[in-house]
Amino acid sequence: MSNAQGHIVSVKGLKKTYDSVEAVKGIDFSVSKDELFGLIGPDGAGKTTIFRILTTLMFPTEGSANIMDLNVVSDYKKIRNHLGYMPQRFSLYQDLTVEENLEFFARIFGTTIEENYSLIKDIYVQIEPFKTRKAGKLSGGMKQKLALSCALIHSPEILILDEPTTGVDAVSRKEFWEMLIRLKEKGITILVSTPYMDEANLCGRVALIQNGEIMSIDTPQKIIENFGRKLWAIKSDNIYQLIQDLKTDNRIHTVFPFGEYLHITVKPGYDDLKGLAPELNRMGHSGVKIQEIEANIEDCFMELMQ
Amino acid sequence: MRKIKYILQKEFIQVFRDKTMLPMILGVPIIQLVILVHAATLEMKSIDMYVIDKDLSSMSHKLINKFDGSPFYNINGVSFSLDKALETLEKNKTDVIVQIPYGFERDLIRENETEVQLLIDGINGTTASLINAYSSAVISGFNRNIMVDLTQMPSVANLEPINIETTYWYNPELNYKIYMLPGILVILVTMISMFLTAMNIVREKEVGTIEQLNVTPIKKFEFIVGKLLPFMVIALFELAFGLAIGKFFFHIPIVGSLGLLFGFTVVYLMVVLGIGLFISTISSTQQQVMFIAFFFMLVFILMSGIFTATESMPPWAQKVNIINPFYYFMRVIRMILLKGSGFRDISYEFFSLLIYGTIMLSLAVWKYRKVA
Repeated sequence: MSNAQGHIVSVKGLKKTYDSVEAVKGIDFSVSKDELFGLIGPDGAGKTTIFRILTTLMFPTEGSANIMDLNVVSDYKKIRNHLGYMPQRFSLYQDLTVEENLEFFARIFGTTIEENYSLIKDIYVQIEPFKTRKAGKLSGGMKQKLALSCALIHSPEILILDEPTTGVDAVSRKEFWEMLIRLKEKGITILVSTPYMDEANLCGRVALIQNGEIMSIDTPQKIIENFGRKLWAIKSDNIYQLIQDLKTDNRIHTVFPFGEYLHITVKPGYDDLKGLAPELNRMGHSGVKIQEIEANIEDCFMELMQ
Repeated sequence: MRKIKYILQKEFIQVFRDKTMLPMILGVPIIQLVILVHAATLEMKSIDMYVIDKDLSSMSHKLINKFDGSPFYNINGVSFSLDKALETLEKNKTDVIVQIPYGFERDLIRENETEVQLLIDGINGTTASLINAYSSAVISGFNRNIMVDLTQMPSVANLEPINIETTYWYNPELNYKIYMLPGILVILVTMISMFLTAMNIVREKEVGTIEQLNVTPIKKFEFIVGKLLPFMVIALFELAFGLAIGKFFFHIPIVGSLGLLFGFTVVYLMVVLGIGLFISTISSTQQQVMFIAFFFMLVFILMSGIFTATESMPPWAQKVNIINPFYYFMRVIRMILLKGSGFRDISYEFFSLLIYGTIMLSLAVWKYRKVA
């Protein structure tokens, strides 16, 4: 049930204003069937607002959004049958057990655990030993698995996950993304938002979003290819002084701290940075290292923010 | 419709899993009924009286003995000094001072009239007027007897052409408990149902589970029925439990039909649950619910006629009582339990609440839509 272009989600000119604040400033995007689509952006970029509109929890101020050719405003009741939503905050019943939560959400969607067990099996087996434990007493990673199970129990065509990995440890994050990829292979269209740039590479396509506007939509590879500049990583023993010095250097286009290195790009015509290291040494820096590197999504994001 | 069953099932699991819930449902009625019914009494017992007898005659002794012999009075001091007496009044040790002037007996015999002074502590207007009434009754009783003594006639009292005999219907002994218990039951049932409903829905908002519910295809009507029904059941249970306590411990009469009482309660609960639901739609934290619900409860209870007759309130207050659900239920529960009123007698209250409940529930449902 997708439209002529094969889009399962299509958003056109979507705007949302809270009082005088424009949280989403007229965005367009579409998601095809079986895609793993990521909304990547910092806190306050408008990711949650977009998801709340798509999940029919909120009306847009302007523009339209369709899910499987159903309008989020006029057909909201029908849409709810096709959606699985996992909000940012754990929002299951803390005083019900794991099993009771799952059972409840299955029942109110008019189904049973048994009917769709195959879909959640991989995830649920990990928490099944604790099925008589109250949801409030689970660890963070297990809560997340339970929330995902509950969002999937009615076998939705589309799964919308709002920052599912925020506040989760590195191992659980990796596991979680593996689960998402397996779900995608089972034919579920997934929309996921995250503030972590490194997770962008795991998505089929991503939208980089900042201040309620989409800066770029493409596959992670294309976005990196489109970076279009040379990028260097540079470090010295006095990294703070290095930032100050590079920022005042008029050959340098951008400087961003990136772990122990600084990532820098240069203005056109200054592509050769061989002379930079000796220059910095003369300015009193020691331990200077410069190497040319491949851009990653975060570099692209920073570049687009300019 | 089957979804309602699962919502109900979930609600009951949550209610009974809540550790404070069962003690509240069972403990609150026992404590409220046992303590309040005994404590909130308007009967005056052990009125502390200070006596200033400047006459020291046989007549004045007779009067004082009258007070002393009454179960209501407790003579806690005797002296000739008004200052000493007033001092005990100021220290809250005395409720009333009776002052018998010098020449009390003489004036009574010679001039056929004399004076006695009562000084009553007026801090609490209700008790003061009660003490006044009791003391006046004692003195007038004394008055009648001395007429007999002095005139040496068989009994003037028996010569009264019209003998007034007072009988109080529906509560012949004017037993205060019988009057108070149904009133306290009303408060109990209302409190449990209104607070629990409003708190329950707001908790779903606070925890965020309402979001998760809103993305499911549950219909609004299913959600609301699923939310209100458990508390209606609990409130009806409270009523039954409270009535049982009243029957077995306080021996309150249950003259009317219990079926009618419970039927009326269901209509009444529609109003209360509607108000509870409405409060939950306009608040976002349990704290807000507490304050708003508490405000309404306090105003409604004080105006309901639990302690004072609503008929003696100023006309504007009686008009305000039209929107006071307590007012209707307070009347009806007493009418059914004590008087045995039938449906015809309470039909005005019944239909008023039916309309009120419909309005309140529709308002709450309409408001809930805007929030969801």
